[in-house]
Amino acid sequence: MKDRDEEILLSPIVRTGKKFYLFIFFLAVLVFIGYFGWAYQLKYGLGVTGLNRPVFWGLYITNFVFFIGISHSGTLISAILRISKSEWRRAITRSAEVITVIVLYIGTFNIILDLGRPDRAWNVIKNGVFEGRIYSPLLWDVFAIATYIIASTVYLYLPLIPDIAIMRDRISKRKWFYRILSLGWNGNDKQKRRLEVAISIMAVLVIPIAVSVHTVVSWVFAMTIQPMWHSTIFGPYFVVGAIFSGIAAIIIAMAILRKVYHLEEYIKAIHFNNLGILLLVMVLLWFYFTFAEYLTTFYGNEPMEMAVFYSRLIGKYAPYFWIMVISNFIVPFIILSNKKTRTISGTVIASISVVLGMWLERFTIVVPTLVNPRLPYEQGIYIPTWVELFLMIGCFAWFILFYVIFSKLFPIVSIWEVKEGREKMLEEAGERMKDYLPGPSGGVKSKKDLMQK
Amino acid sequence: MTRWGMVIDLDRCTACGACVVACKIENNVPFSSPDEASKGRAISWMEIISVKEKESNGFKISFLPRLCFHCENPPCIRVCPVGATYKNKEGLVTQIYPRCIGCRYCANACPYTAKYFNWYEPEWPEDMKKSLNPDVSIRTKGVIEKCTFCYHRLVKAKEKARVENKDLNNIEYVPACVEICPSNAMYFGDLDDPLSEVAILSRSERAFRLLEELGTEPKVIYLKEIKNER
Ligand code: SF4
Ligand code: SF4
Repeated sequence: MKDRDEEILLSPIVRTGKKFYLFIFFLAVLVFIGYFGWAYQLKYGLGVTGLNRPVFWGLYITNFVFFIGISHSGTLISAILRISKSEWRRAITRSAEVITVIVLYIGTFNIILDLGRPDRAWNVIKNGVFEGRIYSPLLWDVFAIATYIIASTVYLYLPLIPDIAIMRDRISKRKWFYRILSLGWNGNDKQKRRLEVAISIMAVLVIPIAVSVHTVVSWVFAMTIQPMWHSTIFGPYFVVGAIFSGIAAIIIAMAILRKVYHLEEYIKAIHFNNLGILLLVMVLLWFYFTFAEYLTTFYGNEPMEMAVFYSRLIGKYAPYFWIMVISNFIVPFIILSNKKTRTISGTVIASISVVLGMWLERFTIVVPTLVNPRLPYEQGIYIPTWVELFLMIGCFAWFILFYVIFSKLFPIVSIWEVKEGREKMLEEAGERMKDYLPGPSGGVKSKKDLMQK
Repeated sequence: MTRWGMVIDLDRCTACGACVVACKIENNVPFSSPDEASKGRAISWMEIISVKEKESNGFKISFLPRLCFHCENPPCIRVCPVGATYKNKEGLVTQIYPRCIGCRYCANACPYTAKYFNWYEPEWPEDMKKSLNPDVSIRTKGVIEKCTFCYHRLVKAKEKARVENKDLNNIEYVPACVEICPSNAMYFGDLDDPLSEVAILSRSERAFRLLEELGTEPKVIYLKEIKNER
């Protein structure tokens, strides 16, 4: 009997059309554009950007925070869903976890872009770590992000092993590649048990790591004493924002995969609905945090803080701020709170809006504070140049390129987990339900009884 | 231990700009084109900034020379991931240029925006290259720089004193800006010596420090008469 799951889920890997190569070419051109911008910047120095004094940080740091934020989609959400044994996760965890891994590299790369002397980046280890300069929040970032990259890569790889073994056995292309990566998996009970244990350990580990990463990113700002950066709420605020933009990113990626690879049977409306509800929760949380942050600042009425506050609300950065409020709160709230509009296209629109809004949020956090330094007579301006825009385009293209390549090398929906779900789900879910139904053993006598209910 | 500090008497300062120029020449500060300067890229370790003050009938602009304050408790140092900005054994906040990775974190953390970045490779006209100060290293593109209280002068003065077998605690050392000031508005010396000029002035009623409430404890003290208008 032909296995239908394998048939459908492996087809993107087996068959590759002309369109695909065209798309890859297109992306490669965009990446090259970014590379050109970088070469130009390396040659002439950071003067080719729109940065200046006092606006020492701009798009690169915004993108760094944004990408690290997006990284909270995959690994964190997937870990939470795995631990809570949500059955609907099976078809979506893989596509989410990949986002994390790729985006972490791109986020880190943006820091390199921002350095005046990227050739000396090694000094961070040489002088920073070994000479014990560990009180710099930038070093905390190095540790946190490095740990996260390793953990999320392992967490992506572990559940991939059985699928790689399937490909090794079924696909004629690249056999050597899959053979090495499958680590001799043959699916016996011992291996399965070990894998299960490993996955659940990683799932538990990954959650605090993910939370710490974005907290530390926020501390890069919060640990300085600059107006509207120096805020105790920044840690949780950034984490919430990160999960928020992360879920939005998963929804968008799922919708595209579903369409392009014809995965309608796997990534269903219910996934969008469930993630949509999760996104709605984050919309509200985000609003709560933003409101708390701005009200406290406003009420305190400290002149230096108010300069930044007003430049965001009614000044030069007001367009960014209000578009952010609309696209982070108003649009997704209206769409997601209504059951009728919480459809696939509805959640996708809301997600696109959220991703845009979260980018703007990062921007309005980084730039207005620098534009209004404490000595108020030294106001700055910041307009990004083509170099920064090229590099930003390059980064986004790079992300898509890697994502596409991954989806061509490995099944983007976990085959074995879907199968396992089919085989065991009903039984397991029933067992679990028994635990929380009222009465001794949930008022259920036999297994048959359970199935009938 | 000497605690080097500066006093600037704003009631005497005429905002002539001599200190700004003297500093640039002394410390090999690169030029920037007017175009770059208008973008906020000019480097000027010593800078005269204008302060708008409210008065009963409109505004008054007053001027204030701003340099690095060599804070006792500097927020810029803590954030540097490589230790390129640090407090040296003389208590001065200085830079190790070959170590700096150019992340500009310190520049963002300094509440006085006293740090400058080399956006391009610095350049001088051919004729001027000969007049560069050999005691001060030339920075490359991509690193942060700022006022060092002319630290090289201190090093030199100490060497001289050692060679001449003089008292190391009583050496002649003033930064270029203080030396040049035509209106004698700047003073330099040991804040810990209660009888030094700077220490006496710093106890004056007119003394204040910028953004004192932040707890950075700047070692540059300004003097200004407080007028009670009524
Ligand atoms: S004035 Fe700024 S650069 Fe100078 S020591 Fe203080 S914080 Fe550092
Ligand atoms: S720019 Fe240089 S001196 Fe400043 S924090 Fe970064 S590495 Fe340190």
